[in-house]
Amino acid sequence: MEYIDNFLFAILLVFGIGFFIKNLKKLKRNINLGKDIDRSDRIGERWNNMFRIALGQSKMIRRPVSGVLHIIVYVGFVIINIEVLEIIIDGLFGTHRVLSFMGGFYSFLIASFEILAVLVLVAVIVFWIRRMIIRIPRFWNKEMKGFPKNDALYILYFEMVLMSLFLIMNATDVHFQELNSGNPVSQFVADLFNGFSLETNHLIERTSWWMHIAGILVFLNYLYYSKHLHILLAFPNTFFANLNPQGQFTNDKTVLKEVQMMMDPNTDAFAAPPEGEEDEVPEKFGASDVTDLNWVQLMNAYTCTECGRCTSVCPANQTGKELSPRAIMMKTRDRVEEVGNNIDQNGEFKEDGKQLLYDYIAPEELWACTSCNACVEECPIDIDPLSIIMDMRRYLVMEESAAPQELNIMMTNVENNGAPWQYNQMDRLNWKDE
Amino acid sequence: MNVPTMAEMMAQGKQPEVLFWVGCAGSFDDRAKKITKAFVKILNKAKVDFAVLGTEESCTGDPAKRAGNEMLFQMQAMTNIEVLNGYEVKKIVTACPHCFNTIKNEYPELGGTYEVMHHTQFLKTLLAEGRITIEGGKFKGKRITFHDPCYLGRANDVYEAPRELIQKLDVELVEMKRCKVNGLCCGAGGAQMFKEPEKGNKDINVVRTEEAIETKPNIIATGCPFCNTMMTDGVKATNNEASVEVLDIAELIANAEDL
Repeated sequence: MEYIDNFLFAILLVFGIGFFIKNLKKLKRNINLGKDIDRSDRIGERWNNMFRIALGQSKMIRRPVSGVLHIIVYVGFVIINIEVLEIIIDGLFGTHRVLSFMGGFYSFLIASFEILAVLVLVAVIVFWIRRMIIRIPRFWNKEMKGFPKNDALYILYFEMVLMSLFLIMNATDVHFQELNSGNPVSQFVADLFNGFSLETNHLIERTSWWMHIAGILVFLNYLYYSKHLHILLAFPNTFFANLNPQGQFTNDKTVLKEVQMMMDPNTDAFAAPPEGEEDEVPEKFGASDVTDLNWVQLMNAYTCTECGRCTSVCPANQTGKELSPRAIMMKTRDRVEEVGNNIDQNGEFKEDGKQLLYDYIAPEELWACTSCNACVEECPIDIDPLSIIMDMRRYLVMEESAAPQELNIMMTNVENNGAPWQYNQMDRLNWKDE
Repeated sequence: MNVPTMAEMMAQGKQPEVLFWVGCAGSFDDRAKKITKAFVKILNKAKVDFAVLGTEESCTGDPAKRAGNEMLFQMQAMTNIEVLNGYEVKKIVTACPHCFNTIKNEYPELGGTYEVMHHTQFLKTLLAEGRITIEGGKFKGKRITFHDPCYLGRANDVYEAPRELIQKLDVELVEMKRCKVNGLCCGAGGAQMFKEPEKGNKDINVVRTEEAIETKPNIIATGCPFCNTMMTDGVKATNNEASVEVLDIAELIANAEDL
């Protein structure tokens, strides 16, 4: 019976991590529902981007208040998790503070964890205040109702609880407090528990210890269901981000094939399709569903943590239009999830009569975009909502001829007289003599 | 005004130093034509050996591409590239950031690789080479704010060339609250120029003009014919016509010298 704790701990760990890996596999599968795109070039620049933007948080601090607070939580999160290593060893082998043999260095580590824990706690409380008391507008846009709003709050509560448990665990560890080394914060918390007996302190310590590790495992598994995946995906997302100038939009290869054929004087317009290709469905132009997007765009959707910086700088959103770049990402993710679940239930995708366009994203949103790249520039982890908007416009125009009437006129003009307005191409140089 | 065409040049067996890509707005829009002429006056004064395509120029395809009509864009691009390559064009300058961006970034993959410059970049090199001088003239001491065109700024990271030129005019350059990478769009990009805005509660150009007006400028400078139109409309909509002018940087330089 004396090993029951270790046994329970091992089961908890295996289930916690196993379930997480299962979801990671699903995540990978869902991202790979997207079309292929080659982002294996310019590797040096890609590493550099990842170090600078994801690890170095260079784009976060453009907004100094939330930027600095975020860095505190981020650094705290990464460093305090070293403590998890000790917890896992202790849990599996029934030891207690196994790393304390390191003496002074151990005290230094724990002391820094404690200080970071307080800083994280304060930062997270400020985050909550910014959301719920100051009510910063970007947290209250229309897409932030219901689960997205609660999701953000759950994450904040989680972090508050985990940090508190860590401090309580140290405070009620009577032996650790007696050493009075490495407890710069918990010694004050310990005062709260002074009145209790040794046994009660021990019970609280054990409970906090268990809840702390269980909490971490629950949080780990909550990631996949929340907006919080960015703590992992920010790294590949910045690595695989677009490195070309933001103004350079892709030249659609499917279209290129058609255009080359059209402009080739040797093309026989009346030729029958080559043998065996008669029944081939021609590739779709643009995107009407998530499977028409590429995997980087789908990864973008999973990476988005709904901070809303993009939407807060979007000229269309600021002037009351339907478009919100954040909502474009959220809707894309919702639809990928739906397609993924459909595959899980049916073994393969079973037509559900829905698609990203119309059922999630309305043309009105797409037509409000000025392609100004403010959202792309603003995203702290290089998400590109504009590329999705453009791909969907391509579908609307090239597959459905569903452009707004004025744009149809513009395009007809470009086609007929080489200018968006109805002027004769032969008059192009008239300005010279006017 | 001396405006040779590539065809004329070729007939004489000459190859100009640079092709001036005028663009549709620069060719047809009454307001933008003034920018075109101002730029040509500077080129003439600096004795730059340039030519235009004239009637052989056609829309780059930018508005079609941003509207989603990739097919039309690529057909425009291929046609233009055929003309440009036919004349063995190496270097292109344009006063339109949309043409600039499209030719510079999107044409190479389709077979058209050129050195492409925005006119503010080109003017900056002329200045550095001592081929032009910039003096404040009638603008001396004026307050000028510069509105960053999205397709020049964020899209291509050109922020300094236009500002350096403005500062040479002996004026006070004042920045808007949102400038450079954070600049707010004028509302014309992504083919919005050619359609009514979607339903909303305000016009983007009015919001941007209000930001410009906050700096109490005498002049709002731009480097894009579409931004120019949007800001000019914004100045009218906010009843500031009497006190604020919207001018392109080429116009500032040409007008300062009374060219």
